[in-house]
Amino acid sequence: MNSETAILDTGTREAIDIDRSKGDFSYPESHKFDAGCGLSAATVDYICDVKEDPDWLREFRHKALKTFEAKPMPTHWATKDLECIDFDVIRYYLSDGVKPTRSWDEVPDDVKETFERLGIPEQERAFLAGVEAQYDSETAYSNVKEELEKDGVIFVNSTEGLHEHEEIFRPWFGKVIPTGDNKFSALNSAVFSGGSFIYVPKGVKVRHPLQAYFRINSENFGQFERTLIICDEGSEMTYMEGCTAPKFETTTLHSAVVELVAMKDAKLQYITVQNWSSNVFNLVTKRGIAHENAEVRWIDCNIGSRLTMKYPGVVMKGRKARGEVISIALANSGQHQDTGAKMIHAADETTSNVVSKSISVGEGRSTYRGMVHIPKHLKGCRNNTECDALLINSSSRTDTYPAITVRGNQHSTQHEASVSQVSEEMLFYMQQRGLSEGEAMSLAVNGFVNDLVREFPMEYSVELKRLIELEMEGSVG
Amino acid sequence: MSLIIKNLHAATDGNEILKGLSLEVPKGEVHAIMGPNGSGKSTLAKVIAGHADYEVTNGSVTMDGADLLALEVHERSRAGLFLAFQYPAEVPGVTMANFIRAALQAGMPEGEEIDAVAYYKNLYEKLDQLGIDRKFTARSVNEGFSGGEKKRNEVLQMMMLEPSYCVMDETDSGLDIDALKVVADGVNSMRSPERGFLVITHYQRLLDYIEPDHVHVLAGGRIVRSGGKGLALELEAKGYDFLKEEGELATT
Repeated sequence: MNSETAILDTGTREAIDIDRSKGDFSYPESHKFDAGCGLSAATVDYICDVKEDPDWLREFRHKALKTFEAKPMPTHWATKDLECIDFDVIRYYLSDGVKPTRSWDEVPDDVKETFERLGIPEQERAFLAGVEAQYDSETAYSNVKEELEKDGVIFVNSTEGLHEHEEIFRPWFGKVIPTGDNKFSALNSAVFSGGSFIYVPKGVKVRHPLQAYFRINSENFGQFERTLIICDEGSEMTYMEGCTAPKFETTTLHSAVVELVAMKDAKLQYITVQNWSSNVFNLVTKRGIAHENAEVRWIDCNIGSRLTMKYPGVVMKGRKARGEVISIALANSGQHQDTGAKMIHAADETTSNVVSKSISVGEGRSTYRGMVHIPKHLKGCRNNTECDALLINSSSRTDTYPAITVRGNQHSTQHEASVSQVSEEMLFYMQQRGLSEGEAMSLAVNGFVNDLVREFPMEYSVELKRLIELEMEGSVG
Repeated sequence: MSLIIKNLHAATDGNEILKGLSLEVPKGEVHAIMGPNGSGKSTLAKVIAGHADYEVTNGSVTMDGADLLALEVHERSRAGLFLAFQYPAEVPGVTMANFIRAALQAGMPEGEEIDAVAYYKNLYEKLDQLGIDRKFTARSVNEGFSGGEKKRNEVLQMMMLEPSYCVMDETDSGLDIDALKVVADGVNSMRSPERGFLVITHYQRLLDYIEPDHVHVLAGGRIVRSGGKGLALELEAKGYDFLKEEGELATT
């Protein structure tokens, strides 16, 4: 049973048909709403005009559009479901201004109940349900902002980043993930709006995790967001994206590009918790470059969506660089989580670690794809890959496709994979202690991901556990 | 107030294992069930608890008047039935402390929350009583436990959940004599006029430490003989074969 689609009937869907990617509000009323359906050079020009893009970016977008059009879908290995995306009916830029389009009374009861049970604060609920155009976090943010400014940290949206800080933005933009990396990175490069730009100066250690939430501009929640984070030498920063609350999207295609750069001795950690509604294609390209002795960590939790394809990567470019991907994926019926990691070793003594746990519920499907590349001319590289899959029902499915290329004999790699099932005996045991079947199932699933959930910040891990409980409730019987 | 089993027939995969078993365990009493391998001892325990592999084809099981067979597994538990497993399952990643807490929470009325401080105080007391290291609470349920640790863990949960009726399935197997004494002390400390015990065992040894009020011999899916504590000693001395000689195992 697909809960989100059941919640949203056609009328409701229309009622909440707004995008959270707010445009540039300084634009004339007539011009700021909608780029219309479909994608063409005119669409790209429209976006450039609305966003007042500089010429170099206009050129960049147009080139990307050509690349997008020229590139085939990744059909030879990916799921056929991708073919169901109709690029002609998608709105590539949509902004509804600052006024909410519906009231709290119009939000479906099930949605309200989910917020309630997840313990989402009142004001965030309104924002997440699309009642308020923006989440007012001014108070929470102002303290953080002051501290950041003192240290010279830049934390703005990508539009502001490229306008105000071009000298830092431009040299790295599109360098970690080139436009032509894949069809969807090209699409994002052509039409992106929203996302964050962060620069942490040399030696600055940002104490609190930075959250997109803090930023007043909710453009961040767009379909084609673009994030670029640069941690300069010796700096440290953690970024948190998303939240555990379900996002009731009506836009069916989400295709973000996230580029991370960790300069020498820097430590950069990027945490994602996403809970998409089950009509969303979530096709995201995420990659980081780690220079000498730097560390890039991706901590990723994917719940919901119709299809998620996401393989966060780290290119370890400098000696002793480290890369890590820790991921949890939960696929319920009608959902396919196709996730994994890419570890490219490009210098001596680089170390990578991949730990992936997936849960398939009902007819849900999860796929792990891993790529580890260690070329012959390097020495002293290490990789550890662990992927564990948990199947809840006999109709659930999981596949593992690890591709580990190690050349040369001065390296060490280790790969472990396991598939397990919540056994009848385990459930019986827990039920005998008084837990209902659903409670027993969620406890078993929480146990399965427990060691990874600890990697998430406290509030997230508590919410994650509750979210898993909610997801498991409808899965038994 | 009793756990009453009447003419119980139960089958698995079409094979009838219990063939008209009747038994009454009143609160305040300890009943022991002994029997040779394959007599249906473990089946009885699982059927009472509601294991899905067994189909009850005839008979009834009531607990203080309530029809146990009409209840789901967890409902039977919440109604006050506890089964100490012969082979407890592992629950990876779930700590003992969280597991027992979840079980206690599950049995509480909606809207009520466990008092965490009181919970840990109680848990530590019971751990000390059973000679279990407190670090144990941070380990995953039964994962990597020795045979003896698993059995102690079953008794720990029994003490924490405070059931009305305890069915103990070969809790003595795999225990050395010291562990057996500790486990028996735990069980004895729980004996009360408000609680009934059904202790299933293969060997008389356990009954030296947990003294039963009644002993029943299970063979061929039925109770073939009942008596006092002396019956256990007789079985120990003569072996189960003597029942065969007396014709009581004829149906197997």
